[in-house]
Amino acid sequence: MQNQSITQRLANPTRFMQLTDWLMPLTAAIAVVVIAAGLYLALFVAPPDYQQGETVKIMFIHVPSAWLGMMGYLMIAISSFGLLVFRHPLADVSAKAAAPIGAAFTLLALITGSLWGKPMWGTYWVWDARLTSVLILFFLYLGLMALRSALDDESLAAKQAAVLGLVGVVILPIIKFSVDWWNTLHQPASVVKLDGPAIHSSILVPLLVNAVGFSILFLALHMKAMRNEVLRRRVKALRLAEVERAAKRERTAAAPAE
Amino acid sequence: MSGFMRLLRRDLLLAWREGGALGTALGFYLVVVALMPLGLGPDLNLLSRIASGILWVALLLAALLSLPRIFETDADDGALDVMALGTLPLELVAGAKSLAHWISTGIPLAIMAPVLGVLLNLEVRAYPLLFATMLAGTPAISFLGAIGAALTIRARRGGLLLALLVLPLYVPTLIFGITAINAALLSPDGFAASFLILSAISLVSVVLGPIAAAAALRTQME
Amino acid sequence: MQLFVANLVVARGGRTIIDDLTFDVAGGEALLLTGRNGAGKTTLIRALAGYLRPIAGSVRLDGFDPERDVREACHYVGHLDANKASLSVMENVAFWQGYLGDGGSGTAAGDALWAALERFGLDALADIPAAYLSAGQKRRLSLCRLLVARRPLWLLDEPSVSLDAASTVLLADVIGEHVAAGGIVIAATHLPLGLGAARELRLGEQVAMS
Repeated sequence: MQNQSITQRLANPTRFMQLTDWLMPLTAAIAVVVIAAGLYLALFVAPPDYQQGETVKIMFIHVPSAWLGMMGYLMIAISSFGLLVFRHPLADVSAKAAAPIGAAFTLLALITGSLWGKPMWGTYWVWDARLTSVLILFFLYLGLMALRSALDDESLAAKQAAVLGLVGVVILPIIKFSVDWWNTLHQPASVVKLDGPAIHSSILVPLLVNAVGFSILFLALHMKAMRNEVLRRRVKALRLAEVERAAKRERTAAAPAE
Repeated sequence: MSGFMRLLRRDLLLAWREGGALGTALGFYLVVVALMPLGLGPDLNLLSRIASGILWVALLLAALLSLPRIFETDADDGALDVMALGTLPLELVAGAKSLAHWISTGIPLAIMAPVLGVLLNLEVRAYPLLFATMLAGTPAISFLGAIGAALTIRARRGGLLLALLVLPLYVPTLIFGITAINAALLSPDGFAASFLILSAISLVSVVLGPIAAAAALRTQME
Repeated sequence: MQLFVANLVVARGGRTIIDDLTFDVAGGEALLLTGRNGAGKTTLIRALAGYLRPIAGSVRLDGFDPERDVREACHYVGHLDANKASLSVMENVAFWQGYLGDGGSGTAAGDALWAALERFGLDALADIPAAYLSAGQKRRLSLCRLLVARRPLWLLDEPSVSLDAASTVLLADVIGEHVAAGGIVIAATHLPLGLGAARELRLGEQVAMS
């Protein structure tokens, strides 16, 4: 009976492991090719900006990173919903795996943004609306990971992190909107926005190629992290079963004596 | 008397009898505000310009200190388990306890703020504005804080974690609380918009906080 | 009134603690849960009270208002006393009476409260804050809940811990009266509670068999 219930719970992850066994390396390879093409287009084909010079090329890393930082959170929110509502066995694995990856892309966006800001604005950091809201997104990622690591019981940690993930997704637009408004009241100038009409196709094409490449990279990393997590849980289940068996042996040995 | 009112009355009575928590929060508030001029220098013009911001940030920190108490003691002594068996849904249990926190901590801190404004040379006409925005904004602090308090009941180093989880959620309240005051000081009609948004954020929190906190409470009972 | 538990499976921390358990308890019956440490007594009681969500199986209480959740029929007395140190004995019981009961108030509720305090020998301490009570008195204080709010299904997890011999007899009497009145008592215990007619469910056996 007991073995059956464990296998039942692993049934779905097993299919996932089989699928990703070949899908993960394939996605990783595609990501490498697309990003290589995107970087080539960005570094050698795209013209330097007449105003910003070569520094504009940081944008080819910065913008896709920022998008994926947000996509990572979306992934966590969908997974959290899947865990709390449908109790899907892979949902928590997905949420847990997405958090560090999303946080890494968010951090990358913050660092590249400030490297770009130094020559452009003369400072590494300004309290611009966009920077601030991305920074808060980064804090939310940190909170999610810290909450998970602070709870010893894994199934409890999974559900508590899912609750926080969903609260974050409700609050994020409110934060973003409040920060936008705060900024326009305090610092209307000095905000350089990329989404103006000024984007030329020689810049837009490599940017989009890079965005696609980063997204595929995200998927590959996410798959890999999920595989690791599934394997880690299997090891844990095997160890628990080992302890259980030992306890059972002790009991049957002690039984005649009773 | 409904279960909600009974619970609210009990929590307020407990807060009154075990007054230490409020004293700590108010004392912390005073100390943080008093440290600011020491760090920034005694320039009264500067202090008066940033007084409302300091008072709001220090209020958030002081409130944060008292958040764990919303659920911690009742979880530790098993009262939360028994409460879950009542006819009152857990969402309303969380709501009653958040409301008790607001009345016993949020309102006293808001009352204390203008008093501390004296230390920072706050403009006289900012006093009523500060009090009004804090009264409208502090419900969000208690009700959103309840989410973090419920999430960290069984966490190691819960207090520090709580700050990390909850402070990002306080950003909108902080921003609109400050903008309302600053807008009102610049022009008399600038106040309403920010103040209404601040109130709206509090109302959203009053709904969202108990729902999420109840979900967290249910999982931690398992 | 009858409690049906069918094919219940409950896991904690990735470990299946209760595996495919089926039993039923009729009104007027007491069921003692016994078994070694870790056999799942506490887990079963917490699952019946609705704190733990079972992986499979069902818990049904026939004869209770089908509109209401089973948890509203339960009294749960666990390892923790659920008393507030800064509230007096009277205030503690009165709060749970109002909170768990059906909102009845006035003289009838007041009489029930005093009767419960007298029954458990706490009437002389009514105005003393619970902080000053001894461990046994605290336990008796939390047992007062059982008497002030009428609920048919009592789930007791080691209720006799820190009770002296006389109080244990008292508890057995109270349980006996509840059962005689048609209620259900499910108690997990290491010690014999002195309940003569109670059925016994040994937990842990079926796990050992598989």
